[in-house]
Amino acid sequence: MATVFKKPHALRDVPLHYCPGCTHGIVHRLISEVIDELGIEGSTIGVSPVGCTYNNYLYFNCDMVQASHGRAPAVATGIRRALPDKTVFTYQGDGDLAAIGTAEIVHAATRGEKITTIFVNNAIYGMTSGQMAPTTLLNQVTTTTPYGRKADLHGFPIHVCEMLATLEGTAFIERVSLHDIKNINNAKKAIKKAFEVQLAGKGFSIVEILSTCPSNWGLNPLEAMKWLQENMLPVYQLGNFKGKDLEV
Amino acid sequence: MGEKLLMKGNEVIAEAAIRAGCRHYFGYPITPQTEVAHYMAKRMPKIGGVFLQAESEVAAINMVYGAACTGVRVMTSSSSPGISLKQEGISYIAGAELPAVIVNIMRAGPGLGGILPAQGDYFQAVKGGGHGDFKMLVLAPCSVQELYELTVEAFNLADKYRIGTMILGDGTLGQMMEAVEFKDEENIVHYEKNWATNGTNMERDHNIITSIDTNPEILESWNLRLQDKYKQITENEVRVEEYNCDGADLIVAAYGSVARIVKNVIKMAQKEGIKVGLIRPITLWPFPVNSFEKYAEVTKAFLTVEMSAGQMVEDVRLAVNGKAPVSFYGRTGGIIPTQQEILDKIKSILNR
Ligand SMILES: Cc1ncc(C[n+]2csc(CCOP(=O)(O)OP(=O)(O)O)c2C)c(N)n1
Repeated sequence: MATVFKKPHALRDVPLHYCPGCTHGIVHRLISEVIDELGIEGSTIGVSPVGCTYNNYLYFNCDMVQASHGRAPAVATGIRRALPDKTVFTYQGDGDLAAIGTAEIVHAATRGEKITTIFVNNAIYGMTSGQMAPTTLLNQVTTTTPYGRKADLHGFPIHVCEMLATLEGTAFIERVSLHDIKNINNAKKAIKKAFEVQLAGKGFSIVEILSTCPSNWGLNPLEAMKWLQENMLPVYQLGNFKGKDLEV
Repeated sequence: MGEKLLMKGNEVIAEAAIRAGCRHYFGYPITPQTEVAHYMAKRMPKIGGVFLQAESEVAAINMVYGAACTGVRVMTSSSSPGISLKQEGISYIAGAELPAVIVNIMRAGPGLGGILPAQGDYFQAVKGGGHGDFKMLVLAPCSVQELYELTVEAFNLADKYRIGTMILGDGTLGQMMEAVEFKDEENIVHYEKNWATNGTNMERDHNIITSIDTNPEILESWNLRLQDKYKQITENEVRVEEYNCDGADLIVAAYGSVARIVKNVIKMAQKEGIKVGLIRPITLWPFPVNSFEKYAEVTKAFLTVEMSAGQMVEDVRLAVNGKAPVSFYGRTGGIIPTQQEILDKIKSILNR
């Protein structure tokens, strides 16, 4: 009998703790499939962030390190510089990467650090119950913008891919989304390419993944997918910003 | 013995680290310790090592954290304001039980303070400047020779106990030129690091390095393990110099460069017929409590001298435990106490 579906080896056989409809689980699966396909589980070290995925070190079969809030790119730098032959990835949310960890991500990127960052943009702080993130949309209601995010009070959503694309050290930058099967497949292709870019020693690679947070958005999983399409896609343009045609 | 050279304190720290097998250094420039970075920047590329100038002290200590996870010997250095920024990482290093060497060449504070020497970071170093119940092993050299020996030892101790180990010096030590005699071969102790995250190679289960557990029972058991380790260190790793203490009328407690000044004061006092001793803690944590307990029974008075408003004096008072009066003399702002000032203070305590 042909196997049509199986759990990737790089993903441990344990229940995930995420809320129903949360897309972190999909991202974990995609990363694991890529690690399997590239055959790099034994030579990969992952860095977990502070956020809802703080303990995703329990879910990946490769060696894992937990970093303090926003510092994953610095921790990954330390690991990668000590182990130049290994593969290192960070997994970070939008609060972790684009607020408290802005300096670390920008400088890891501009140094062309040979790491891969998986950046989950759900437009909100999940772990700490729904505060405004740097990526929160204008007029979006959060627990710290109860009247909606206002540009004059709270500033504008930050566009991480566009910002990092200005840096010479970056080799591969792509924004993807998880709102349907086609886009999930694109997300996987981008993640794979990002890892391949690292394996080829080309420099820093990052994939920004538009994701949902039904619990903190106050929507059911289906509504959340729809909200992402209607509200996030117009603000966060999907596509490749750098390294599309890079030979790897 | 090996080579004898005239070298600057900060450069000796860097050379000692390299001799101890450190090939990874992450730092951010700040006076008066920047020569450590300059030396590393020059040497590391020649010996297959890594020197990286980070974007901040926060990033540097997290790079140290990452490199330490892989099992390599790693170091960062800074001075007071930079060490404040590193506290988050230092707490994580304690929580995750990682070996790392952190150098603080202290300058005057608080705030931006000044670039002249001070000892105002004693509390921060020995009482845990970051959050949570943790300790660092803190070594306080008083000469360039000791900077060398204790830096090598710091790497051994860090590996032995999986603990952040701090070299606490001040601007005087970092900037001073002095003769240093290097050994032909260092005493590098190798410890098995089967906990390191350096890739499973598909030959073992994954290793995890973390400092979080949301189950209070588990987290308490981690804390108890840390406390147990700290107890072992307290029992086994205290280092202290007791100088001229037997039969002393008064014993001075001082560490680092201040202890050198006190040794001269002891000679001056001797000429005036006053017998002064010195207890010089070499490990500030663990603190040499026993030395103070021992002499508290027989000595009339203690005087703590620091380049601070009075920090180590609290530990001296705890150790002396009311058995003898403990006075304090200190200068701040980057001012080094003079021998005469200290002698005058001793005489006023003894009514001489
Ligand atoms: C230094 C520090 N500041 C604040 C926090 C509290 N905190 C934990 S998670 C988090 C936000 C995480 O949000 P995000 O990165 O968007 O990830 P998500 O939870 O949405 O996956 C914050 C502020 C912390 N743990 N450490």
